[in-house]
Amino acid sequence: MLSIKNLSATVADKPILKGLTLEVPAGEVHAIMGPNGAGKSTLSYVLTGREGYVVTQGSATLDGEDLLALAPDERAARGVFLSFQYPLEIPGVPGLTFIRTALNAQRKARGEAEVSAPEFLKRAREVAGSLKIDFEMLKRPLNVGFSGGEKKRMEIFQMAMLSPRFLILDETDSGLDIDALKIVAEGVNALRGPDRAMLVITHYQRLLDYIKPDKVHVLAGGRIAATGGPELAHELEAHGYDRWVA
Amino acid sequence: MTLGMSLARAIETGDVTVLPGRRDEDWRWTDLRGLVREIPTPAKRQPISGGGQFGGSNPIVLAGGGFDGVIADRSCGGESFVRFVALEGSQHATLGVDIQEGAQCVLLESHEALADGYLSAVDLDINIGRGASLTRIVLADDAESGVNVVTATVTLAAGASFAQTILTTGAKRQRFETRVTHPGQDAKVRLDGAYLIGDRRHADFTTVVTHAGPGGATTQLSKGAVGGQGRAVFQGRIVVEKGADQTDARMGHHALILSDRGEVDAKPELLIHADDVSCAHGNTVGNLNQDALFYARQRGIPEAQAKAMLTEAFVGEVVDRIEHEGAREICRAWVAEKLRGLA
Repeated sequence: MLSIKNLSATVADKPILKGLTLEVPAGEVHAIMGPNGAGKSTLSYVLTGREGYVVTQGSATLDGEDLLALAPDERAARGVFLSFQYPLEIPGVPGLTFIRTALNAQRKARGEAEVSAPEFLKRAREVAGSLKIDFEMLKRPLNVGFSGGEKKRMEIFQMAMLSPRFLILDETDSGLDIDALKIVAEGVNALRGPDRAMLVITHYQRLLDYIKPDKVHVLAGGRIAATGGPELAHELEAHGYDRWVA
Repeated sequence: MTLGMSLARAIETGDVTVLPGRRDEDWRWTDLRGLVREIPTPAKRQPISGGGQFGGSNPIVLAGGGFDGVIADRSCGGESFVRFVALEGSQHATLGVDIQEGAQCVLLESHEALADGYLSAVDLDINIGRGASLTRIVLADDAESGVNVVTATVTLAAGASFAQTILTTGAKRQRFETRVTHPGQDAKVRLDGAYLIGDRRHADFTTVVTHAGPGGATTQLSKGAVGGQGRAVFQGRIVVEKGADQTDARMGHHALILSDRGEVDAKPELLIHADDVSCAHGNTVGNLNQDALFYARQRGIPEAQAKAMLTEAFVGEVVDRIEHEGAREICRAWVAEKLRGLA
């Protein structure tokens, strides 16, 4: 599925990723943990093509296709989804309108037929119900005036509606209380499947109690410093990152 | 009406020296004197069919100018459709709008072009009687090579209301000027507009509202987007005369610049000669929020479509304020269509 080889990237000419190599096969969930400033969010933005994140060497491919050569919307149409650490507010655009526009744009890019309005609304009602999102909220401008937790739930809602193949969750647990965390984790777990892979970026082990990873990687100093099973997350929680921080 | 230094007078006389230009303070950003070297021959009138942008039945059609139209509405609830159609050459049209006491009218006005390189001047003389209301909604679809100056002079009686929304894509030079004599006395004025300017187009919203008596309200919201080498001008002046106490006036102008070479010039002015008033203005010019743009693209919306969506949402606030439901939906669709060409 996702294959990253020797990837280096700069932000404002400052090297952040320094030869990162990572494989996430289809069907697996990998967690990336690391101290502040290690490059966790940079990795998510490099993979999704944000302006200002400049790749200086290495490659990133999704099922063999060069992701780095594609525009952000083309990567989305190939199935790459980033759940933002700080989801943006989109004034004047109702949530449902935004998501339907995105869904149909992706389908168009893939040569698929548009989803009809009744079909879309039916699915939106089902998904909103499972994530305990008030349907009325989806008619309001996306994320405008929403709490941190509501915004995170909207990210998972969008993820479920767009049904991407490769999911990146950037600090999805931040701003969530324990009940919201459970709902979000259930939403994410519902998307696990043999054809999907996930990269879960987090500071804390807590989220991984609910979204159980197949592998845990430590990102420090711009590269993967260690890889292990779920037990590595507990070890990090107990001992911190000092071992890997120069 | 005295024409003074104006495009209308230049068209009537063929004399380019009476055109206003950049040495005139109110015209420094919309220079006609430097642009127009000669006045083309008067347009030949021709019959025009169809309902125009608003699709109304029996519109008043002023094509090629040269004569006066009059709307004198003595009844209530009237919708009037007016089409100003620019033809090849030069033309000056005038329209008198007389809203009788207590009447409630809607003026649905379109500006269209059937030629290139024309000069067009339009003057509207609007009188709104005691307790009457007029909603004026304008869709302006000028040619990129055309020059069009539309001046509305509006006089309200006590308790009257005037609500205006102008949506335009500009022209080679285009100006919508609205001059309102506001009596106070519970009269209400709303002057809104939105410009969607691309290529080398130019649009100018100039408004002057003079509060002559106490207890009047004015609210203004102008928004717009400028791409290509377009240029937008906003000049909003609110004058509160001595004794016009309890005036409540709010003016907002907010612009998005979508390209490196787009330009927005804004001059909001509050001239207050009374003591007990509440007046405020806000003016912002900026770019599309790049973070929001990336967010939309990450969800799969291509860049041009994402820009159009965010710009439409930005400008949509002006459209949302249109109370006439049918016209509001026509305006919304019009804005969406024009933005597809701009982004």
